[in-house]
Amino acid sequence: MQGAAASYVSLADLKSSHNALATPAEEPAHAGCGTSGGEGKASCGTSAGPDDMPAEVWNKVKNHPCYSEEAHHHYARMHVAVAPACNIQCNYCNRKYDCSNESRPGVVSQKLTPEQAVKKVAAVASEIPQMTVLGIAGPGDSLASPKKTFDTFRMLQEQAPDIKLCLSTNGLALPALVDEICKYNIDHVTITINMVDPEVGAKIYPWIFWDHKRITGVEAATILHEQQMKGLEMLTERGVLTKINSVLIPGINDEHLIEVNREVKKRGAFLHNIMPLISEAEHGTVFGLTGQRGPTAQELKAVQDACMGGANLMRHCRQCRADAVGLLGEDRSEEFTLDKIEEMEVVYDLDRRRSYQDRVEAERQAQHDAKVEALALSQGAGAADGIKVLVAVATTGGGRVNQHFGHADEFQIFEVSAGEALFVGHRRVDLYCQGGYGEDEQLPSIVTAINDCHAVLVSKIGACPRDELKAAGIEPVDNYVDEFIEKAALSWFADYTGRVARGETTHAARGDASIRQGAFTAAA
Amino acid sequence: MSLKIVADLCTGCSACEPECPNDAISEHKNVFIINPDKCTECEGDYDTPQCLAVCPVDDCIISLAA
Repeated sequence: MQGAAASYVSLADLKSSHNALATPAEEPAHAGCGTSGGEGKASCGTSAGPDDMPAEVWNKVKNHPCYSEEAHHHYARMHVAVAPACNIQCNYCNRKYDCSNESRPGVVSQKLTPEQAVKKVAAVASEIPQMTVLGIAGPGDSLASPKKTFDTFRMLQEQAPDIKLCLSTNGLALPALVDEICKYNIDHVTITINMVDPEVGAKIYPWIFWDHKRITGVEAATILHEQQMKGLEMLTERGVLTKINSVLIPGINDEHLIEVNREVKKRGAFLHNIMPLISEAEHGTVFGLTGQRGPTAQELKAVQDACMGGANLMRHCRQCRADAVGLLGEDRSEEFTLDKIEEMEVVYDLDRRRSYQDRVEAERQAQHDAKVEALALSQGAGAADGIKVLVAVATTGGGRVNQHFGHADEFQIFEVSAGEALFVGHRRVDLYCQGGYGEDEQLPSIVTAINDCHAVLVSKIGACPRDELKAAGIEPVDNYVDEFIEKAALSWFADYTGRVARGETTHAARGDASIRQGAFTAAA
Repeated sequence: MSLKIVADLCTGCSACEPECPNDAISEHKNVFIINPDKCTECEGDYDTPQCLAVCPVDDCIISLAA
């Protein structure tokens, strides 16, 4: 971590840009969620609910796990790899594998024909009734092979009309295909935008294939940039919700992403998802081979925080693989390989899916209400002199502290102050508990992953990791079992600041944490 | 005069297939091949061979003579 500190993003720089962001000169073309809410609504889009946005927007996002942080605990998505061709080259991508940043690195998704894809979607939707979203996201660019992408969408719309369709693109071919996209009733489009300055773009994109020519350098990045902005504007005009994915590449576009955030917000982007660069040498990408590093947890958070108040920030992206099946962070694709689908008797039962989803919705509403009630009761507890800390939380879902430390393969990170506990991200870790025994060699990597946290909230924790965490300065907390996370975090915080006030504990800033390279792997 | 796809390097991404003005490219065992009887290296159609310009892998498409 020492080495990383030298090139640490200057928080002061980011903060000053942030202030400029808070008073945008131009109004957004399309008033998406929270665009007029100012800083207080900064996390809208990740944790916002029906009270925070127009009804028609809420209806589009409420059961889309990638667009709504809350939905991702209840609804599942799947991707099908029908369009593997690409029309640009990125320095963080090696085409031998899936994109290592926007999907699981080092893995080749099973390529499917549109017919196979439709069969697979129907099989999954029958087996997993909470599967509500189908995306075409790679490997490759969905709009570089428009026929395959749109054939898949057309057939699906006929067979499974209740499934929401979405696609991801680099934007190069977007303007020419926007009207085609609208024909298929696609509610959501994700555009990967890593720059709004072609000089920056030239460092990320070695070439594009455009108008029957390979174009390189600033010229290539200029064309890509123009197409991305035009495509985004056209989608906004037509009422299609857009998510912008940006890969944070330290030293290349880190602070520049604040400008990207401003530009995409101005053009009506609904959500901005800033993801860490993944650049392991073994993935064979240009950045991997040249030693371009990814950001630390605090560098990522600094840029994300500086972009709050811009387009709504997505903090729950798990960078899943392109043929993932299931809830975010979960991958059941092995159950639905081509051979297995061939043997399945698929009956698409729309009524069964609807009634299941009604139950999910009722359960989710009950959870939402219980949380609001619990939080109302805990308001006003404790006084802290502007202290703000991060806590890591082990949870299996339901918004509660309910997971054993040793069973967690990721921790949710909340930023806690006297007034609120805000979800700001997650950290994947290697499982500590392996077959009932603590795996002590995993411990240091877990500590590294949450090293910027003051406490870790768990349902239970063994003696050995407890001591090790304490030694690292992270407080293990296991007395809020099954409490709602926000309530538990605020209660712990009140207790902590009380101890600080009484002189029992000395409050000290924490260091940085590292982001586990390798994104999500099913067998982690 | 024809180009050739090196099977070991081909990722099977299919980017080249629709770009060929002569319909010379097809899929074979998860990779793509060029029919040398149809390939003109795009002469008369484009300034550069289209498959070569769009292929994401260096040295994957080479001259058949080489």
